[in-house]
Amino acid sequence: MDFNVNLPIYLQIAEYVCDRILLQQWLPDEKIPSIRELAIELEVTHNTVLRTFEHLQSKNIVYTKRGLGYFIEPNALNLLNASRKEHFLKEELPSLFYKMNIIGFEIDELVNEFEKFKNKNNS
Amino acid sequence: MYYLTNTLNMITIQNLTFGYQKNKPVLANLNLQLESGKIYGLLGANGAGKSSLLHQICGIIFPQSGKIEVDQHEPAKRKLDFLKSIYILPEEVDTPNIAIKEYAEIYSPFYEKFDFSLFNNLLTDFEIPEHGSLHQISYGQKKKVMIAFGIATRSKYLFFDEPTNGLDIPSKKQFRKIIASAFEEDQIIMISTHQVRDLDQLIDCILILDDKKIILQADVNDITEKLVFKQVLDLSQSANVIYSEGGLKGHVVVAKNVNQENSKLDMELFFNAVSAEKNSILSLFKKL
Repeated sequence: MDFNVNLPIYLQIAEYVCDRILLQQWLPDEKIPSIRELAIELEVTHNTVLRTFEHLQSKNIVYTKRGLGYFIEPNALNLLNASRKEHFLKEELPSLFYKMNIIGFEIDELVNEFEKFKNKNNS
Repeated sequence: MYYLTNTLNMITIQNLTFGYQKNKPVLANLNLQLESGKIYGLLGANGAGKSSLLHQICGIIFPQSGKIEVDQHEPAKRKLDFLKSIYILPEEVDTPNIAIKEYAEIYSPFYEKFDFSLFNNLLTDFEIPEHGSLHQISYGQKKKVMIAFGIATRSKYLFFDEPTNGLDIPSKKQFRKIIASAFEEDQIIMISTHQVRDLDQLIDCILILDDKKIILQADVNDITEKLVFKQVLDLSQSANVIYSEGGLKGHVVVAKNVNQENSKLDMELFFNAVSAEKNSILSLFKKL
């Protein structure tokens, strides 16, 4: 794994784990690779992976069974989808609105365009 | 407290002073405390005394004054219990002209936990021919044999002096994988290096040796809590900048992390920042 993005490595690993969940490669209540396995795969120290798992545990994405390792929370996928929506609402939508406002693009036009987009992609 | 000191493996150094000539100290009043379960990265300019410090801890050279304790052992006494708990890979490896297998047979009895199957696995990982001989292989390959040997000793204290010097690019990657897989909670690994980019993702705690002592000891997490590392187009647009380096695509900066921003530690930039703006950076960290 290349850690080029300017995010702490432990958060980049958290994104890696969340991507596996969103892609449903890792399923609810399924055991995920151990700290050591991930440390080797990603060439980082186990303290970094431990920090990732503690972070994900505090966000209710994974849980631990003593002595058995880490598992995916049943609700993890919903939580991640919700947090993606929130990210879209707070981070991406404002810049879209900003541009719309500048060029005078009205919301009715946007609704139209979005319906066209959905028809094209869902058919 | 008694319980803690008994279960944690520790290295404690107090007021260490050492020089190769009288009145020309390389290390002076150096203090340092290391605990198990961490991989330490020892950074310092050429000639700062990194190797001297490692050799002191391993009992190869002796302090002029001050005290070193490794698990209640004084390295200079070179007691058996101490010697078998420690392994150092020197920067320049010097190996006898014998078969690799023979080397392991001769030197492994010094380490009671020596793991032959691990040694063989590591050689395979490094693509070293199992039945090779130390005089038929390249410098980089010899270095890899010695890295494999060191890890296979399963010593509590492992010191690597510039381990990635002379290693090709795939071997550097392999080295990171091997350290990540072999490291145990009760060990201390210390890696001295100039090639920070090879190893930065492996290091838990940074030690900077400068002006004859350890001027900074900080966990990577701690550093990115206090400082933010980022790229900016216009220096005047960014606040709290302590250090910056210009480039074609704007500037990379080290700034005070006042807004709890998340960023990835750039170890090379950090080291340069500490060299250039020592006081302003050190004032943010615990005084040693």
